[in-house]
Amino acid sequence: MKKVLLSALLILGLWLFSACGSGTGLDPEALTGTYSRDYAGTTINVFNWGEYLSDGSEGSLDVNAAFEELTGVTVNYANYESNEAMYAKLKSGAVSYDVIIPSDYMIQRLINENMLRELDYGFIDNAALTDPDYLGLYFDPGDAYSVPYMVGTVGLIYNTALVEEAPTSWRVMWDERYSNDILTFNNSRDAFSIAQLVLGIDVNTTDKAEWDQAAELLKQQNRVLQGRVMDEVFNKMEAGNAAICAYYAGDYLIMLEENEDLAFVYPEEGTTAYVDSACVPANCQNYEAALMYINFLLEPQVARANAEYVVYTSPNLAVQQDDSYSFKDDPVLYGELPTVQWFTDLPADVRSYYEALWEEILLYSE
Amino acid sequence: MRSRALEVALNTLMFVFLYAPLLVMIFFSFNASKSTSVFTGISLHWYGEVFSSSDTMTALRNTLLLALISSTVATVMGTMAAVGIQRMRSRFLSQTVMTVTNIPMMNPDIVTGVSLMLLFVFIGRFLGLANSLSFWTLLIAHITFNLPYVILNVLPKLRQTDKHLTDAAMDLGCTRRQAFFKVVLPAIRSGVMAGWLMAFTLSLDDFVISYYTNGADFQTLPLKIFAMTKKTVKPDMYALSTIIFVTILLLLIVVNLLQQRSEEAYERNDQ
Repeated sequence: MKKVLLSALLILGLWLFSACGSGTGLDPEALTGTYSRDYAGTTINVFNWGEYLSDGSEGSLDVNAAFEELTGVTVNYANYESNEAMYAKLKSGAVSYDVIIPSDYMIQRLINENMLRELDYGFIDNAALTDPDYLGLYFDPGDAYSVPYMVGTVGLIYNTALVEEAPTSWRVMWDERYSNDILTFNNSRDAFSIAQLVLGIDVNTTDKAEWDQAAELLKQQNRVLQGRVMDEVFNKMEAGNAAICAYYAGDYLIMLEENEDLAFVYPEEGTTAYVDSACVPANCQNYEAALMYINFLLEPQVARANAEYVVYTSPNLAVQQDDSYSFKDDPVLYGELPTVQWFTDLPADVRSYYEALWEEILLYSE
Repeated sequence: MRSRALEVALNTLMFVFLYAPLLVMIFFSFNASKSTSVFTGISLHWYGEVFSSSDTMTALRNTLLLALISSTVATVMGTMAAVGIQRMRSRFLSQTVMTVTNIPMMNPDIVTGVSLMLLFVFIGRFLGLANSLSFWTLLIAHITFNLPYVILNVLPKLRQTDKHLTDAAMDLGCTRRQAFFKVVLPAIRSGVMAGWLMAFTLSLDDFVISYYTNGADFQTLPLKIFAMTKKTVKPDMYALSTIIFVTILLLLIVVNLLQQRSEEAYERNDQ
């Protein structure tokens, strides 16, 4: 008995201290960028959203392992669940990251607070592959600090078997007929934006009266809502437990795989879009290797693997034109968009004002 | 008769509450499809997938490594502390030390986590480090919250032994060190083992304290799973959790069997 236990521990110990190596799925012949092994033996710290990078599961490309093999640079990879969590960690000054992938409005805040370092495009030759539609956006007009990684929009997802007619407006999320069958975001900014779109208010308004108006509308929604959700939305929509929800366009395609009754529409009032871009924080410790990593993310085969894994819109032209890409010309990801608004970073007083309203909405009942 | 039925009913209810969530998770880990709500058929697909993601494997390895090191260090330190506390002549002093060592256990995790982070950042700034938070701070944090559990498991065992045990052993020719390793330690072994195991499992599933004290270089599994709130948690996580659950269950059974045997052997020696 003791011997069994000891040998089990020994095997475990050997595994813990050994690095497991297998094929990464990278095709070195097809690389378009230039990579050097000058930084072999160094380390970079990469901080990214959870499940936002192809990791070798289901035969996909193992991006971090491939980069390590190609350049000899060790990648420490960690995840965050929100822009705000990432910001808090970065702001604490306790940890230095070399590559982060925040969203638009957060990039604006980081630039304003001098927390990002300018990118040296001499190291990022693949940046030429970026779709010009996503360059020069409001948060970084000169693209000095950020390179787009993934783009997305919000849309209305509905179950054709459970709705009477196909919705075309965000107003359906207040429709009494679907009482207790409607799901909305459990994050304040996205939830507010839907009410603002219905009311025709700018999603970046700094007028507190307009925020009050949107809050009033959201309070009325409580009556028909089944719940406010984030990732639980997948289970509920796939199982047909809810008829209508607002969520990210790419995630609709994931749900569609499990439930063919689901349909997607961009409502007539327009929608919001976001872009998550790769940046280098000001306190980074391994600048050139970080740029090399960003270049690797833009590599056509890597960007395609990530686009397939994450199922959001890829801002990479090589991916968009790749015939073997599963979502090539997909109308949800690459179709004609309605009027799109971007979230900008709001002043702190507006932020705390709408967060207080949000708390009220959550507790509100008639 | 009625009270017996009630007893059975309450026990059943308790087991349902404890194990139903686990059973649901284990059930869905065998799901053929990607969905975590619609069951489409039995398959071992996700058990294969667990091992194909290098990210998940790194996180799992980090978690086990951290749990193993922190629980072992905490066990050594905690056992020494327990021996020290038991030998204290002043009752007031030993009570005070016990209270102080219990603080990390009674404190809400979030308070422990935030205050440890502040301390690490303060020291890091003082030393001018670029990364004040790293694997080492995570390890220190885990040892800290593991310690009281080890002490609490070892101390009662020590109190059960005869307080003249060390003296007797030394009388019979042991050095102080021999007396501890050959006489005292075997007598309290079950407590030490229980403390180690408890520390190991606590470290394995800690989220809150790790969230505040981890650095860029070392991500554990609970942290990784928490970051999955934007997209859906895939069933390979269910498969992995099932593997961990079964492993811990087996470990517990083996440890219990070993403990029983050693206690029987110890009693036989006594007679």
